[in-house]
Amino acid sequence: MAGRELVISKIREGTVIDHINAGKALLVLRILGIRAGSKETVSMVMNVPSEKMGRKDIVKVEGKFIGDEELNKIALIAPKATINLIKDYEIKRKFKVQLPKMIEGILRCPNRNCITNSREPVKPKFYVRIEGDRVVAKCYYCGKKIKNVDEFVV
Amino acid sequence: MMSRFRHLISIDDLSKDDIIYVLDRAEEFEEIARGRKSDILEGKILANLFFEPSTRTRMSFEVAMKRLGGEVINVTAQEASSIAKGETLADTVRVVSKYADAIVIRHPLEGSARLASEFSEVPVINAGDGAGQHPTQTLLDLYTIRKESRLEGLRIALLGDLKYSRTVHSLIKALTLFNAKIYLISPESLRLPEEFVEELEGDIEEVELEEVIGEIDVLYVTRIQKERFPDEEEYRRVAGSYKITPEILREAKEDLIIMHPLPRVDEIDPAVDATRHAKYFDQAFYGVPVRMAILTEVMLG
Repeated sequence: MAGRELVISKIREGTVIDHINAGKALLVLRILGIRAGSKETVSMVMNVPSEKMGRKDIVKVEGKFIGDEELNKIALIAPKATINLIKDYEIKRKFKVQLPKMIEGILRCPNRNCITNSREPVKPKFYVRIEGDRVVAKCYYCGKKIKNVDEFVV
Repeated sequence: MMSRFRHLISIDDLSKDDIIYVLDRAEEFEEIARGRKSDILEGKILANLFFEPSTRTRMSFEVAMKRLGGEVINVTAQEASSIAKGETLADTVRVVSKYADAIVIRHPLEGSARLASEFSEVPVINAGDGAGQHPTQTLLDLYTIRKESRLEGLRIALLGDLKYSRTVHSLIKALTLFNAKIYLISPESLRLPEEFVEELEGDIEEVELEEVIGEIDVLYVTRIQKERFPDEEEYRRVAGSYKITPEILREAKEDLIIMHPLPRVDEIDPAVDATRHAKYFDQAFYGVPVRMAILTEVMLG
């Protein structure tokens, strides 16, 4: 394992998001608002072997403790993700992301006739819950259910 | 007195208890709906904000309000769409809510009534949002069933367009609260959507009308719209095979009632109108006391 850990270097201070479903790291970054032009130091690995998950992704954001509320939004696409908050190379806090009951502004509604897809001053809002082994979302406004949430991340 | 609900957007927002409460209240308003004078809502103004035409629903709200002594301002579909030009629904609602004590909204987009309720300073009642919700229709359907048949232990068959009919969707959901036995009868292409069935917990079965006509208490017929079919011939074939005639009703229970949200096209033979089974015009009337119950609840509660 030690050798594999070197794939991505340890950080001195910041947030490590582990156990992301394989291939979903880019979406995790998107949910956290990290995209082209962002200033954070970010490292990421995709599809590395994992004992628990077969393969997984990891994201490390240096110099920044991301808030719980922000992190819990990750559960939408990576419900098994674990968070390590690191200070002086030590884990200060470790927790599993928890799916919020409602999320705002991350998904867009696939229903073309939904009022949130016309130019109204509201962010799309969804009730979210686990159904079997996946996360499903339901539009707060029109009631449309989304089973493939990945495809509708803004 | 605290009102049970400030807005009425979706039937899902109401508990079984709330529904029974509204139906009980509606019962008290029946005499006023038939013409006895009342001034309960005197001094109140209702704004009918209709972004698409629906004359019946609008009239029903207007009659309910006027018979209770209140006043109505109507924004017609044409006016509403010109207001809407360049203005968001949020802004329109903010303005109208400054003029009136409650707003009834009909809008082509789903979720619009919910959005309106977030920007309105006064109660909002959803009178249909696209293919979404139309809760006052559901309540008047339930009222009709309770009044003319029974709500507990009900055996009901819903016939026709079960795919696109929001009336049917909301009614089925509400009926599961009352443990009804629900039979579905529809052409293959207009079956109840799988996505909708998954959400339901109830005693629901797809059947043919002939199999259940002798045991059902209510036959709820919906309009089969021509637009839903690829060609005229297919439409005629399907529509013809789902037509309710006196012959079909020969096997029916004595106290079977037939309902229809109206307007009907060819789904029910006019010869059925004179039978004791026909309750669709009474159903339309019951919309008035039910809307009275809702209007007073949100404006006085």
